[in-house]
Parts: sequence; structure tokens; C-alpha cells
Amino acid sequence: MTATETRVVGKRLPKLDAPDKVSGRIQYADDLDIPGMLTGAILRSPHAHARIVSIDVSKAEALPGVKAVIHAGNVQQRPFGYGHDNLPLKDRKVRCVGDEVAAVAAIDEATAKRALGLIDVVYEVLPAVVDPLEALEDGAPLIHDERLDIDGNVSMRWDFETGDVDKAAEEAAVIVEGTYSSPLAAPGAIETHVVIASFDRSGHLTVWSPVHMVFMYRKELADTLGLDWGNITIKQPPVGGSFGGKIDIDTHDFICVLLAEAAQRPVKLAMSREEEFIGTRTRQPIHFKLRTGADADGNILFRDTHVISDNGAYNAWGSHAMLVAMNTVTSLYRVPNSRMRCAVVYTNKSYGGSVRGFGNPQSTFAVEQQLEEIADALGRDPMELRIQNANQAGDVTPQGLKITTCGLTQCLESVKEASGWNERRGKMKDRYRGLGAAAFIHVGGGARIYGSDGCGAMIKMDDSGQISLISGSSELGQGSETALAMIVAEEVGVPMSKVRVIHSDTDVKPWDVGVHASRTTFVAGNAARLAAGRARDKLLAAAAEVLGKDDLVIEDGVISSRSEPERAMPYDKAIRRLLLREEGNVIMSTAFYDPPTENQDKGYIGNISATYGFGAHVAEVEVDPGTGQVKLLNLWTAHDVGRAINPSAVEGQIEGGAVMGIGLALTEELPVRVEVGELMAPNLHDYGLPTMVDAPRIHVDLIETNDPLGPFGAKGIGEGGLIPVPAAVANAVADAVGIRPRQFPLRPWKVLDWIQTGETSNVVKGAGRG
Amino acid sequence: MKYEIILTVNGVAYPVEVDAHASLLHTVRDQVGLTGSKEGCDDSECGACMMLIDGRPVNSCSYLACQADGAEIITVEGLAPGDDLTPLQSAFLAEGGVQCGFCTPGMLISATALLAANPEPTPDEIRVGLSGNLCRCTGYDGIVRAVSKVARG
Repeated sequence: MTATETRVVGKRLPKLDAPDKVSGRIQYADDLDIPGMLTGAILRSPHAHARIVSIDVSKAEALPGVKAVIHAGNVQQRPFGYGHDNLPLKDRKVRCVGDEVAAVAAIDEATAKRALGLIDVVYEVLPAVVDPLEALEDGAPLIHDERLDIDGNVSMRWDFETGDVDKAAEEAAVIVEGTYSSPLAAPGAIETHVVIASFDRSGHLTVWSPVHMVFMYRKELADTLGLDWGNITIKQPPVGGSFGGKIDIDTHDFICVLLAEAAQRPVKLAMSREEEFIGTRTRQPIHFKLRTGADADGNILFRDTHVISDNGAYNAWGSHAMLVAMNTVTSLYRVPNSRMRCAVVYTNKSYGGSVRGFGNPQSTFAVEQQLEEIADALGRDPMELRIQNANQAGDVTPQGLKITTCGLTQCLESVKEASGWNERRGKMKDRYRGLGAAAFIHVGGGARIYGSDGCGAMIKMDDSGQISLISGSSELGQGSETALAMIVAEEVGVPMSKVRVIHSDTDVKPWDVGVHASRTTFVAGNAARLAAGRARDKLLAAAAEVLGKDDLVIEDGVISSRSEPERAMPYDKAIRRLLLREEGNVIMSTAFYDPPTENQDKGYIGNISATYGFGAHVAEVEVDPGTGQVKLLNLWTAHDVGRAINPSAVEGQIEGGAVMGIGLALTEELPVRVEVGELMAPNLHDYGLPTMVDAPRIHVDLIETNDPLGPFGAKGIGEGGLIPVPAAVANAVADAVGIRPRQFPLRPWKVLDWIQTGETSNVVKGAGRG
Repeated sequence: MKYEIILTVNGVAYPVEVDAHASLLHTVRDQVGLTGSKEGCDDSECGACMMLIDGRPVNSCSYLACQADGAEIITVEGLAPGDDLTPLQSAFLAEGGVQCGFCTPGMLISATALLAANPEPTPDEIRVGLSGNLCRCTGYDGIVRAVSKVARG
């Protein structure tokens, strides 16, 4: 399919907000000050599991400068979260270190912190369980003993099956089996969570929060605190990075509002870095026990998985990561039979949220290692096996995913060529070097997890010629604001400088699900394009009256007749001619775009996204056999992006995602002290967030397949850069030293242990056939 | 006890009263009123708070305001003398060195100091020179391209 000819779309443009960012002028939440604003602070549980016997706040209340002290005993609150298993301020029990027990608002930070120290909480410590396998055992401590609707510590189950896995296993020539695990990890945005809440005299609540599912945030805030959701305004300051960490409402958001209500003053609550690790949402550890089988010709016949998702103390968004993990199990490559049995398990530790990739890096780590294990067992080249089994445009996968466009084969060919795969894989063992590949599938056209997957857009054109797009969506730093402005400039036919994007206030902007699932360019972009096209038609109709022609086009802000090009006028003049007269009018338009997708049925069958993103990576590593240190030498990436609206922003998403993936693959984890359930090292240094010297240059190839439903052909690409990295690195280590990594991150001591113990592939059927 | 000191920030002298333990970052943000420098960790791990003190890049979160009494302090707001951006700031725009922008103030301060000490750094020297500044968005390539572009002139 060929791309539409464009003037703005496809150009490399700097982000619209970048000048204010490089000059220090942009104001994030923590830079905002409101007269009379107090500082909030939270008292957190030091215990992983304990009964709250009593809370005495009298000494804290008596401290001069303290304006409010709140706890479960003196606020109105209702349970929130999936299964309504969480409270903003815990009442009966705490279930992880960091659980919120009380909070203070005071005139300054020092007073607030001193007041926290004056709160007496008596706990009765209970046995804690931090290992999900132990949490599943009979007699394990019950973390949510109040929930009679669940089985022990299993909070949710996700079961999926298509085809006949058992029959396929009988027919398979080769089957490999293994368990693949991932760590507790963090989104790691450099800006911590900051929220400000303020009630006006009429009781109207305004909250400033760098959140990106604002309408759901507003509803949950109202539902949990018993407020009127029509009487709440959410304003989004610029977001200093999120990666899913700031997606939706978090416990401290409720607490900030409760403090503002109690103190009758505006309150700011800012997380310290330590609190950010302890008290905000994480990427949940997942254990995948996976079997993959193929026939003698290398056609994949089945995948069969048992998954344990260690979701921590409560069910936030992380409990739903299985939805995305499932897509990879059922639909990465052509897999006729698949089965997934998943238990989401409560443990007494930090709980899972929605972090970039959302279950997919963990799933891909298992699936893509087994692809190479199958190839090895059959004596086939893994890249060829991938190409043989690759999804193709027009496929409908057994889970019901409709593949409209698919650049997977091109992506595989691209990284194969760029990395010198044929000449180098398996041939650098003498230097302990290896190449490993991994591909991915991910939603690229929204993700219908809610009644609507839509986004609203409004366009207005004013007398200066200024065109404002008021979008339901949000900018997180990823560059969606610029992409949306480009789409509007292209669709109307004006220079970029004439377009502004407004997207940060629920009183102003139309409804949107929010920023998640790599959906903004696709969904908000289509909404913006529709609204812009409607406004352009009104503009041309106004110009037609003046020019006396109806074959008008607009290019670069000039409206002219196709047949008589000398009949022309500037577009802003047409706006004024329509406006500044008796019975005049102003040009405005609206659109709501909801992708043509389906809510999945109870068996998780259905086309969740309007299109799917694909990509492939090849990693080159060198392993030190004496220490187990893995050095990443190169990472080649190729992504089916549909069409790059702004190629430099698309590359930035892939490069940034890839380095986040490198962190996951090699260094990032939050170890938990098992006896007491606390994080050993909640700081950026020990966490292992990659620095500039830890990351090689990322090679990026953009494959354009021009999706028919995407705005100008674009697909969502926000998460893909990250997803295949841990799998590709593990496969490269396997090539270099002949072991099979079963866990990420691949820390040196683990790699050394695998080398020494000879951890290798487990071929349960057809061994030696290669 | 409060101490009366003078902080000279971006060429302007600000008399301020501070506690002995007040950090330079909090004093510049809360008392001087320049919020361009960011707090990402308050522990010298991320570099978002970096300022130049007499030309030296310093994590201002871990530097006492009193230590900076009388020194020449440059923050991100003071990098460009007028309304125009510096070549380095412009290169960050053009090369995709900015996404969320939260690390950018410290990154620019660090890169300015690096280029002052080594006007033509290689990409590897840039990576080592800026390794005290964490960025979670860009994957660093855009930043390395931006600094390289200025280094090449």
C-alpha cells in the first residue's frame, strides 16, 4: 500500500514543548504554588502484614503548624481497586511495607515530618508471605481474609484455550518446556508523583496531578471519597515521565484530597524517591511455565502455559497485565492451538500497576526463548523459523485478533541483514560472543478494555487564523502533542505554526479513555483528523461564497480553485469573512473516534485492537565466563510503525523503550527482604536504571506498512521498543555460552551460576532430532 | 538559627536567610523562585538538580546553600543570555534530546560543563561525561547526538 502524499506528516520536527523544557520555563506539578498551600506527608506501615490495633494522633494534632491529621478512623472512604480490596488509609490491616496508615498536612515539610513521628500506631505483626508459590500453599497466611469471594490468596484467574493442545502435543515432533521468571521492577520516571488538591468556597474540587487516564481518575476519586464527580476538575501539569507509573489514581491522590478537605486549605503531596519505590505501583514479577511444540518441518503447533502473576498486596491495574501477556502466547506467530492458565496471587509486598509493555516483556521472554530452543532442537536457524511462522496481513489469530497490516517478516529480514546474522550467529563462541533475536506483537490501534475505547476532539478556528485542537488525550513527554498538531496541520492544509493543542483540563477537553496501550497517535490522532477534516470543509464552504468556485483546495494556508488557481485567498481571511458579518458564524467542529474493535468475550476471544504493532530485535552480547558479566555490544531494532507521523519522535520512542528494555534485561530489579517483606534498596543507584554508559547506540529501522485504519497510516508504537529486549539478550547469551537464561535481569552472579550448573534447554520430546 | 547569605544566580544577587542544613536546590527553587532545576532523588543519583557553581557542575540537592554563598551559580534558566536558545539547547530540540524534559535542565548543565572542559568530545567521552545524569525517556541517543552536533560546531 502506498502512503498518502503529505506536506507535514512524515517530517522530522522538534517537540512543540521542547523550547520551554530546555529553558527551564515549563512548570511541572512540583513547580506549582498556590497561596495558602500546605505540605502533606504520609505515615506508612513498616510491616509487611500486621493488624492495626490502635492509632493515637493526639500528640501530632497538638504540634503547632499542623492543620490536619487523618486516618481511617476520622475520614469517609470506600474501598477501591479491582475486587474493591484497597482503602486509601488502611483500617484493619496493613498488607505491605509502605501501606498508608495516617497522613498529616502542615505549614511546611519539617513540621509535617515531625508530626508523623508523633503518631502512635500499635501493630500486631502477622506472618507475611512474599513468595507467590508459598502464598499458594495450604495454610499460607491469608492476605485478604475479608474476601470470601476468592480462593485463598488467588485473587483472579485468567484461563484461555483454543484448539486442542493435548492432541497437538501428541502430534508434535519436538516439544520444549521451561519456567521463565521476571523481577519486581519500577517504571522509574525521573519525576516522582506529585499531587495538589484544593477546594473552593463552593466545595468545587480542583486536583493537579500528572495522571493520564484523567476521566477514570475523576470517577474513582468521586466514588471512593463520596464526592460529586461533576464537581471535580482535574488539571494535568506537564508530566515528567510516566511509563505507566502515573496512569491512573493512586493511594496518595485520595489522601491528598482528604487532607485538603480536613484542613480546608490547598495541600501538596510530593513523593520522595524512596516513597516512589515503596509506595507507588510496580511491574509485577511473573512466572511462566511454558511448553511449545512444533512439527518436524518447524511449524509451531501449540503453546501451553501455566502462569503465576505475583501481583502484591492489592489488585491495581497490574492484575490485568495477563490480558496483554495472553496476546503474545496465542498470537505471536501462527499458533493453531494454545492454552493459558493464569493465577493472579496476593503477596505481602508492593503491588503491580501498569508499566510500559504491561505483561508483554515477561511473556515474550518465555515465548521467544522457546522459539529459539525449538529451532535448536530441530537443527534449524531460528530466524528462518520465525519467518516461516510469521503472522501475515489478513490473518485472524485463534484468539480473534485481526491482523490488518503486518510488517513482521520485513522486520525480521531487516535485523537479520543489519546484524550479519547468517555470518555471525553461532560463530563467535570462541570469544564468548553471541547473537539473539526476539520479535513481538502488541496492540497498535487502541485496546478495548472498557465500554468505549474512544477519544474526543474539538477544533476551533479564531479570527487570527489560530487553529486550536482540544484533544481528550494527554502529553507525557512522548510527543503526542506534536504528532496531533502535525495531523491537524496536514488535514486542514495549514503550516504547523498555526496549530495549538490543548489537552490538560477535564473542564475543557472532551472525554477520552486516557493514555495507555500505545493508543494515543492512533485513537486521538484519528479523532483529531476527523475533527480537522470537518473544520476544513466548513472553511472551504465559507471561501466558496467569496471566490465563487466550489473546486477549492487549501495548501499551506492558501485556499484556491483547482480550475482557476488565480482565484485564491488566505485561509484566515475566509474565517473572518464568515465571522465578521451579520448572521456570521465561527468555525468549530467536533469528532469522537472509537476504533472498530470488540470487547473480548468470557473466553478472551475478540479483536481487542484495530491494528497490531510488530517488530524484531537482534542483540549482540559478550559474556565474561569468569564473572558472568553480560555486556551488550549492539542492539538492532526494526519496527512496523504503520507510518511515522514524526520519524524523530518515533525513533525516540523506540530508542527510549529499548534502553528501558536493556535495564530490565541486565540490571533493574527491586529485591525484597524475604523475612520482612521490605525493599532492600529503594533508590535509583541500586535499582540499576541504565546510565548513558550502560546503553549502546540503538540501531532503528522504521518499516512502514500504512495501516488502512491508522491516521495517515500510523500505528501505536509507545511500548514496542521495550518488549523484545530481555528475550533477545537472553537468546544472545544462549548463543554465546550455551546456557538457557530462565530469569531476568541477567545479573552476573546468576549467569555465572547457570554456566557452572549447565542450565540448558529442556527438550522433553524429540531431543537429538537436530 | 538562620544564616544570611547572598546567592548570585544567573548574574543576579539574591540575599536569603537559610537554615544551616538548607540545600542549594530547595533554596533556589523556594526562596529565589527559579524552579527550572528539578528534584528527582534528593540523593545525587539522577542529576536533574545540577547547577554550575563557579563553572563546576554540582548536584544542588546535596550541596548546602551556605556553601554557595558568594559563588557564581548558573541554573538552566541562565544558560542563554537572552531570549534565544544556546546552540546546545537548540541541538537538544533538533536531535530529539528532549522528551518529558524533567532531566533536561541537569543534562544541559552537565553537557555545558563537559563542552567547556572538552570542546570536542567523542561519543564515548560524552557518555562517560554525562553518566551522572539519568534520563528514562530518550534512551540517551538523542542527547549524545545533540552534544556531538555542538562539539562538531
